[in-house]
Amino acid sequence: MTSGWASLRRLAPAVFVLAATAIVTASAEIPLNERRSGYADLGRETKAMQDDDTANPGMLAVLDGEALWSAKAGSAGRSCADCHGDARTSMKGVAARYPAFDAKAGRPVNIEQRINLCRDERQQAKPFAYESRDMLALSAFVGLQSRGQPIAPPDDARLQPFRDAGRDTYNRRQGQLNLACGHCHDDNRGQRLAGIVIPQAHPTGYPLYRLEWQSVGSLQRRLRNCLIGMRAEHYAYGAPEYVELETYLMWRARGMPMETPAVRP
Amino acid sequence: MKFMLTALLANALMMTAAPAQDALHRFEVVGDAIPSSLTGAPGDPARGRAIVLKRENTCLLCHSGPFPDERFQGDLSPSLAGAGARWSEGQLRLRLVDASRLNPATIMPSYYRVDGLTRVAPAWRGKPILTAEQIEDVVAYLATLRE
Ligand code: HEC
Ligand code: HEC
Ligand code: HEC
Repeated sequence: MTSGWASLRRLAPAVFVLAATAIVTASAEIPLNERRSGYADLGRETKAMQDDDTANPGMLAVLDGEALWSAKAGSAGRSCADCHGDARTSMKGVAARYPAFDAKAGRPVNIEQRINLCRDERQQAKPFAYESRDMLALSAFVGLQSRGQPIAPPDDARLQPFRDAGRDTYNRRQGQLNLACGHCHDDNRGQRLAGIVIPQAHPTGYPLYRLEWQSVGSLQRRLRNCLIGMRAEHYAYGAPEYVELETYLMWRARGMPMETPAVRP
Repeated sequence: MKFMLTALLANALMMTAAPAQDALHRFEVVGDAIPSSLTGAPGDPARGRAIVLKRENTCLLCHSGPFPDERFQGDLSPSLAGAGARWSEGQLRLRLVDASRLNPATIMPSYYRVDGLTRVAPAWRGKPILTAEQIEDVVAYLATLRE
């Protein structure tokens, strides 16, 4: 059995390329006091797996990340720890603030991209590939330092246009099924899609261990899964559209506690 | 102004009976129904039932129905049970072909439409979700759901 609604794939040759008018539908945003994490809908066993660090498979990635944190790398020959010291203090609450505006890029970067900036500029090492074991490990380790901390998007006016763009993407019908994210995650939250409870799509637990993947994956991997389920074209990892969606989702979940590394079906 | 024009164009597209794409059979909408078979032939209810049950055809993402052995059914929309008593075949046909003509805000996908969609993944582009034959089979099946 596969639990994901999005594993409904079929390959067929492409025939036409069509120009399309984008229609943005407005779903009602969930009132702050009705928000709930995907954790709330987990079965007892999956909850227990997330709650117990010795049973949570995501903690293996965290351990790998801890080792990487103090490993010297790149032509600068420096480790993250050489500059940032003890992650428990220096990285506390950091992942809860991303995506944050990067002045040099002139746009928001997510936590993976922020880590890669240090790889590139401070360590002079090759940036990690998206979804690579090392990228997931370090972002899980950095993310763990925010566990229990409220999601706190920066109060930064420069983020606003990107958050708005993310909201538009979230509310735009797309794909062959012609659905918007909000149709499921706002309008039909808590309902059953082919028997699966539709969560509210809060990004509280990433990177997380997904039972269907049998591995740890990023928020962008999760978004890609939903786009595939909608039969929409997905974006390349790291694409501005994904970071904008993340910027909106984190804002939508502001104040909710981080759970990294979470477990999901 | 640009917006209005786009809206008008979109409207015009919705009103024409036959979609621009050659891939689709022509059909005529009368009121809230498409009275005639898309293929000119009646569908097969047994095949229609199999189509509805098959996950990749997506009905059971949202609907439940008289399928006691099927564990994974949705509850985003009315049960299909009794659909044949509530609607005529022509009404069911339009509902499947393009439910957005009945309710522009609907979440039910248009199963026999290829225009007006955004960012369709390459594997699905230019193809309706179901073929005309499949639509007719599903219509024939739904018509048997009398209670
Ligand atoms: C040579 C020193 C140096 C090294 C090595 C280094 N960093 Fe950094 N890092 C910095 C500095 C300085 C900043 C903040 C200034 C800036 O670049 O914006 C920073 C910022 C960050 C931030 C953002 C903090 C915030 O509050 O927004 C993260 C996350 C981060 N580093 C992670 C890492 C990781 C993970 C590694 C190892 C792969 C690493 N850094 C290696 C110097 C370093
Ligand atoms: C047809 C309904 C549907 C649509 C449309 C949809 N999703 Fe999902 N989404 C789901 C379901 C169901 C899950 C639960 C996971 C599963 O088992 O597949 C999920 C899971 C998620 C999660 C994980 C939540 C967690 O607790 O970790 C996020 C985030 C998410 N979706 C975001 C999105 C975004 C963004 C879009 C639009 C690009 C989108 N979804 C479109 C149904 C949908
Ligand atoms: C994404 C969700 C979704 C999917 C997938 C879907 N439907 Fe629907 N369907 C709805 C909703 C919602 C309604 C209620 C009317 C409306 O909002 O348009 C509906 C209404 C109907 C009705 C009329 C129900 C009644 O008796 O009032 C029929 C029949 C129907 N759908 C058949 C199907 C079939 C057959 C499929 C698969 C080929 C399908 N639907 C796929 C959401 C969906």
